[in-house]
Amino acid sequence: MSRFLAFLRKEFYHIFRDPRTLIILFGIPIAQLMLFGYVMTNEVRNVKVAIVDNSKDDLSKRLSQKLLSSGFFQLAAIPTSESDYESLFRSGKVKEIVVFEPDFAKNLMKEGKANIQVIADASEPNAAQLIVNYTTAIVNNFTKAEFMKDQTPPGINIKVRMLFNENMRDAYNFIPGLIAVILMLISAMMTAITIAREKEMGTMEILLASPLKPIQIILGKVVPYMILSIVSALVVLALGMLVFKVPVIGSFALLLAEILLYIFLALSLGILISTFVDSQLTAMAISGFVLMLPSILLSGFIFPIKNMPIALQIVANLMPPRWFIEINRTVMLKGGGLNEIWPNTLVLMVMSALFIFISIRKFKIRLQ
Amino acid sequence: MKTREPVITVKNMVKKFGSFVANDNLSFEVFKGEIFGFLGANGAGKTTAIRILCGLSSPTSGEMKVAGFDVYRQTEKIKQNIGYMSQKFSLYEDLTVFENIRLYGGVYGMKIADRKARTTEMLERLGLTAYENRKIGDLPLGWKQKLAFSIAILHNPKIVFLDEPTGGVDPITRRQFWNLIYEAVEKGITVFVTTHYMDEAEYCDRASIMADGKIVALDTPLKLKEQYNAANMDEVFLKIAR
Repeated sequence: MSRFLAFLRKEFYHIFRDPRTLIILFGIPIAQLMLFGYVMTNEVRNVKVAIVDNSKDDLSKRLSQKLLSSGFFQLAAIPTSESDYESLFRSGKVKEIVVFEPDFAKNLMKEGKANIQVIADASEPNAAQLIVNYTTAIVNNFTKAEFMKDQTPPGINIKVRMLFNENMRDAYNFIPGLIAVILMLISAMMTAITIAREKEMGTMEILLASPLKPIQIILGKVVPYMILSIVSALVVLALGMLVFKVPVIGSFALLLAEILLYIFLALSLGILISTFVDSQLTAMAISGFVLMLPSILLSGFIFPIKNMPIALQIVANLMPPRWFIEINRTVMLKGGGLNEIWPNTLVLMVMSALFIFISIRKFKIRLQ
Repeated sequence: MKTREPVITVKNMVKKFGSFVANDNLSFEVFKGEIFGFLGANGAGKTTAIRILCGLSSPTSGEMKVAGFDVYRQTEKIKQNIGYMSQKFSLYEDLTVFENIRLYGGVYGMKIADRKARTTEMLERLGLTAYENRKIGDLPLGWKQKLAFSIAILHNPKIVFLDEPTGGVDPITRRQFWNLIYEAVEKGITVFVTTHYMDEAEYCDRASIMADGKIVALDTPLKLKEQYNAANMDEVFLKIAR
C-alpha cells in the first residue's frame, strides 16, 4: 500500500506542475460553459432593431413600445430614410428593421388591415428566422389583445406547452450534454495521455521492472483523474443549477451514481486507448479527433440522432455520451428514475466491461 | 569479491517474435560480484535478453534463474531483488532530485530512515547535496545518468541491469560512470551491463559478444584478445563480426 501511495503522490506532482494539464482540467470546462452559455445561444435576447414609424399614431406607438418592452428587442437606431437601411445591416448595427406604413391606424380602422414590413439580416439564417418569428408573435398577440377582447375568435386555437422546458431555455440542453463531453475529455483523454507519457519517456519500463504490480501502476495513473473528474462534474453541475437554473427533478443520488459510472467508463476507454499508442501526441490525436468530435456531434448533444441517416445512427449508438446524455436529460429534466434509464445504464456497464477486458488482453500480449 | 557462485543462470533461452528469432538458444552464467558485459551491435538481441531477465517480457522457451528465482513463476521475487536502468533516461524530469529518490524508495518498499541515510550518503558521494531540491530537468545529462544509476541501486539489489547506460554521454562522464559501477561491485552488487562501446568491454570481468541472436564468444577480455589475436576489444569485435 505504501508503495502505491508513493506512486500516487508522484502523479499529483505531475498534474499540478504541468500548465497544459491544468488548462485542460480547469480551463476547458469553464471555457465550454461560457461558450455554450453565452456565445452559442439560440435564444433571442436584446436583439438590436430599428423601428421606422411612418405613421406616428397612437396605435403604432403602442405596438413599438410592446416590441421594445418584450425583453427580446433593443432599439438601436431610428433611420430617417430607406437609403440608411443597407448600411445599418452591413455595419451590423441592427439585425432587424420594422417599418410601419403611413396611416397605419387609419388603414386598420377603415379597411380592416394594415401593413408592417419586417426586414431581417438573413446572413445568419437561423437567427433571422427566430427573430422574425418572435416579432410576428408579438404583433399577433397585440392585435388579439386590442381588437378581440370581447369576441370569441372563430377557428382553432392552438395552445402549446413545451413540456420539461417550458421556456425553451438553452441551458436545459447544454448542461446535461456538457457534463458528458467534459468528463469524456478529462477522464478518457487525460488518462490516455498520462499513460502514453510514461511509455514515451521510458519510465514505464522502470515501473514495470519494479515490485509495483501492473494493476497498481494503472490505478495510480487513473485515481487522480477520477478524483478530478468528479470535482469537475460537480462544478459544472453546480454552475448549471445555480447560474443557468437547470433543475434536477429526479433523484440526485441516482444522477451522481450515473455520473460515477460514466467516469468509470471514460477512464477505461482512456486506458484502452493508451494500450494502442506509444506517444502523447498520438494519444491526444486519437482522443481528440476520433473521440471528442464524434462525441459532440454524434451524441445527440447538438444534432438529434433521430434525424441522422441510418449509417450515422449506428455510429452514434456506439458513442458512450449518446447513452449518458439521455440519462442526464431523463433524470434532470423529466424526473425519471431507474425504471426509465436502466437500458442506458446497462449499455454503459457493458461498454466499460468490454473496454477493460480488451485492455487487459492487450496488456498481456504486450508483455509476451 | 569475484566468486564462482552463479546469480544468473540461463540455459537454452529462446525468444521468438513470430518467425523472427531474437534470442537463439542462449546459455550462460553470471557469477556473484562480477561485472558481466553483454556486447553486440544494435539489433543483436541484447535488449530482448535483458528484458526477459528483468521480467518485462516472457521467454519462448529455456530455463532461467535470476537471483535464485525462476523467470517464469517468480517474477515478483526477482523484481524485488534487482535494479534496472533502461536505454532511455529514466527519472522524472518534472520532479526534484529528492522527490525522485523518495518515489523509488517508496516503490521498492524501503524504510524511511534507511532511505534518508542512504540518500545523504549518495548525494555526498556524487557531490549533489546542494541540488537536492532542483528539478531533474534542470541538471546536465551526465549528472542525470549518474543519479539514475545511483537511484537504481539505492535499495541495495543483488543484481543491477544496465541497458546501454552510457549512451550519448561524453568520455569523461563515462569514465566517472564506470567508477560508480566499480563502487557498486565493491558493495557486493552484481552488474549486468549491455553496451556497444567496445572500450567499455575492457572494464568488464567477463564479456559475451552477441551477433544475430546468438552468443558467439564469452570470456574475460584478456582471453578474448588472445584468442582472436587482437590488440583491443574493438578488434575482437570486428573480427567476430566479419
